[in-house]
Amino acid sequence: MTVQSFQQHFDQKIEHEISIEPRDWMPDEYRKTLIRQISQHAHSEIVGMLPEGNWITRAPSLRRKAVLLAKVQDEGGHGLYLYSAAETLGITRDEMIEQLHSGKAKYSSIFNYPTLTWADMGAIGWLVDGAAIMNQVPLCRTSYGPYARAMVRICKEESFHQRQGYEIMMTLAQGTEVQKKMAQDALNRWWWPSIMMFGPSDADSPHTAQSMKWRIKRFTNDELRQKFIDVTVEQARLIGLTVPDPDLKWNEETGHYDYGKINWDEFWNVVKGNGPCNKQRLDTRRKAWEEGAWVREAALVHSQKRAARKAATKESIAA
Amino acid sequence: MIRKHLYGDYGDREAAGGQETNRNTASEWPLWEVFIRSKAGLDHKHAGSLHAADAQMAIENARDVYTRRMEGVSIWVVESKYIHASDPADAEMLYEPANDKIYRHPTFYNLPEELKHM
Repeated sequence: MTVQSFQQHFDQKIEHEISIEPRDWMPDEYRKTLIRQISQHAHSEIVGMLPEGNWITRAPSLRRKAVLLAKVQDEGGHGLYLYSAAETLGITRDEMIEQLHSGKAKYSSIFNYPTLTWADMGAIGWLVDGAAIMNQVPLCRTSYGPYARAMVRICKEESFHQRQGYEIMMTLAQGTEVQKKMAQDALNRWWWPSIMMFGPSDADSPHTAQSMKWRIKRFTNDELRQKFIDVTVEQARLIGLTVPDPDLKWNEETGHYDYGKINWDEFWNVVKGNGPCNKQRLDTRRKAWEEGAWVREAALVHSQKRAARKAATKESIAA
Repeated sequence: MIRKHLYGDYGDREAAGGQETNRNTASEWPLWEVFIRSKAGLDHKHAGSLHAADAQMAIENARDVYTRRMEGVSIWVVESKYIHASDPADAEMLYEPANDKIYRHPTFYNLPEELKHM
């Protein structure tokens, strides 16, 4: 087969919604785009454990603590599913981790904001996981098989994440004045970063058109953002909280909410590394990696020792 | 840096065409493929992959990564490098001959309408 016929075969598969699998021929750019997207997705899960990890020891009840622990453990698992999917494309785990630590690979900017109060655990579950789910559900049908399979598993597990967050917000909103204020304050701080999670608006998103063509992405950033805003505004109203956007208004004509101007300067500033916690998050990841090096080495040596001992025992029995 | 024929959820390193040596994975734990039996009576099914120092650790990690919600009652792990896979380029030759042998399916046969159980 010629390169052209490989390309044709690939295009036909995409057009007929046939998944691309690891050993199938694929264009280099498709592979690169996937590696970038999947590894950044994986890094987001791993770095995303940090803001919530901050509150595990201070959860207000045993129930909340068990739930938060389970959620953070899920995120670790989701990172692993995604790293594995990226590895099928020919990048190693160590290379990906190196790219994260050097700053070459990005992760979702939302995790560069601090978690100041317990209500932030509610806001993160409700808004951040809510936005992530909105983004991830269409990815269950993404064209690359291993990525799609990882997303199916992740979406199934994540539905409790958003519910537990909303429950925390609801409980606080029904509580004392101080608790209600805390919930509103968390919503105020997390709302805008959450709607920025969908990425730059379509006009400024250089990869979107190609990713849609390859059926890696199924909806544009702005379409997903609008969907998220439409459902979330109703959810806020239901528990008596106010979305911090004075321009938010129902538009009869479009059947959607109109919303205020997003501060893209802030977005790009955080992406570039100048958010409130960028340095702290990366330092924590690097420290964990470096200080865990001896554990990784010891496990390898231990397994070799165990294998050698087993072989020796067998030999002595044979003799 | 991108290499084209590599392991993942198939794992045939012989097909990697010697590119293996270029990779800086000396300190990486080996890759394992995980198969899970969701309940007694069903087959083990591929669930995904993970890194572990040895088989015992692979099973322990698989338990934490792939069975947090009662997804399994039994786990198999096999080091990815021991899996051999058919080549996608051979797909036509291997699987298409089955297309014109529809008489292997029960629906191929014309039987009287009155026939109830068969």
